[in-house]
Amino acid sequence: MSDDPRFGLRRSVTLPGPLRLDGGVLFSPVDIAYETYGTLNSDASNAILVCHALTGDQHLASEHPVTGKPGWWARMVGPGKPIDTNRWFVVCSNVLGSCLGSSGPATINPATGQPWGMHFPVITIRDMVRAQAMLLDHLGIDRLFAVVGGSMGGMQALSWAATFPERVRAAVVIASAARHSAQNIAFHEVGRQAIMADPKWRGGAYYEAQDPPAAGLAVARMAAHITYLSEAGLTAKFGRKLQGREAKTFGFDADFQVESYLRHQGLAFVDRFDANSYLYITRALDYFDLAEEHGGLLANAFRSSQARFCVVSFDTDWLYPTAESRSIAHALNAAGAPASFVELSSPFGHDAFLLESPELDRVIGGFLAAGERQ
Amino acid sequence: MTLRPDLAIIAAHVNRGARILDVGCGDGALMAALRDQQGCDARGLELDPVNVAAAVGQGLSVIQGDADTDLADYPDDSFDYAILSQTLQTTRRPDWVLEQLLRIGRHAFVSFPNFAHWRVRASLLFGGRMPVTRLLPIAWYATPNIHHVTIDDFRALVKERGIAIEGAWFLSGDQQTGSGMANLLAEHAVFLLKADR
Repeated sequence: MSDDPRFGLRRSVTLPGPLRLDGGVLFSPVDIAYETYGTLNSDASNAILVCHALTGDQHLASEHPVTGKPGWWARMVGPGKPIDTNRWFVVCSNVLGSCLGSSGPATINPATGQPWGMHFPVITIRDMVRAQAMLLDHLGIDRLFAVVGGSMGGMQALSWAATFPERVRAAVVIASAARHSAQNIAFHEVGRQAIMADPKWRGGAYYEAQDPPAAGLAVARMAAHITYLSEAGLTAKFGRKLQGREAKTFGFDADFQVESYLRHQGLAFVDRFDANSYLYITRALDYFDLAEEHGGLLANAFRSSQARFCVVSFDTDWLYPTAESRSIAHALNAAGAPASFVELSSPFGHDAFLLESPELDRVIGGFLAAGERQ
Repeated sequence: MTLRPDLAIIAAHVNRGARILDVGCGDGALMAALRDQQGCDARGLELDPVNVAAAVGQGLSVIQGDADTDLADYPDDSFDYAILSQTLQTTRRPDWVLEQLLRIGRHAFVSFPNFAHWRVRASLLFGGRMPVTRLLPIAWYATPNIHHVTIDDFRALVKERGIAIEGAWFLSGDQQTGSGMANLLAEHAVFLLKADR
């Protein structure tokens, strides 16, 4: 298995498709960049798909090619970790519309030989999931031992269970929601407007000039980053502390540490992310409403599912607050699905799912291991 | 692991392979026993997140929630047994919870500490103070037990609501005791109920 060129780090595949998108477009070909960890067993029954968040990527537990940092969930995925690559074959792919190798607005439109830009079709969470299903077909995986995701990854996990009920044995949904609220949409609109108000955006056709709307994208990231943290976390980390100075300067330099931190977050982000991808993926998130896809009743989304579910929220997450996870749990109960739900305590807000949390490790590890007894 | 005596009685009277909902399941000890020893499909509802995390970590299906509100989300007749052990006296509306149990489950097990046990009576009668006993170990101002109930109170409630008693077990000092003087002698009662419908 190990010398199979389909498996390993930094893989990519061009699938002929076509992929029928929710917006009505037949999209082809479909490029998917992905990584795999561990070994697929002989009956392909030990595969776990991990779905990444808005600005995440396929570098789940391997060094990021641009930033050189460890994978975004290296603390969760690896040998002996809760998602144990000694036991499971783990797949993580860059979502459709993103910019780390999968088809997105920055990739070339074969019809024109130019980057897609704003001619890239608008996509949905379900479209991302359909593209992942095509990847699994390519990898020879019919049924997933589990699909796991946090934030937007959790939405994909829910969409997987609803869209391909026969292909999912278990779903782990962390710090997520079954729909985007008005507040979620509002914050995203601020980010999109920041990008589109940057004159360098040029209607999305900035690739040729190699001069992207970095200022707009950085502001979008700064606004979004606030929603990933808790007020208590920000206060504990920065309070009103000044940045490398004894007194306020009576100017508009980054006097406060929190300003300096956010500016840094914004600048670091533009090096690794495409502004148009940010527009498309935030749109996909805003369009997400799993109940709406199933006659307005969330429980209907899970009626044909045979999967076990594990839903986790964090008490200081105000982006996707516990009430959103609880409504998923209620719907799962109403559908009779075997479901667990727990709200964990953390000072770190939405980002808690990416950070050290022994309780999260125990919940995920225990939930996954239980699937092996079945 | 040894089950608490009331849970052992419940476990001994649940059919193999039954679908059970354990309301107030704690860390899932009863659910794990029913799953592992009797092949039951066990689900739980539990208020304390630390308990829920412990239960989920054992691979049990437990929802963090409140019996006082969240039972309404479960469909009718979705379980063979709904179990409420040592939790009835902590709910805001025990009668509503009881009705929900018998709506969700075809049968219900309910266990509770008996507030008419002679030790409790003696403490109140002679001491003039709210009793603090082995099964009611927390002072009145801090106890989660907000609706103290006696065996006779419980029998009266189920009779009034048209609920049939299919079985009753009484415990004193972890030993089973007879039903004759249960309201005086039992520290603890377990009832198996069935809705009349």
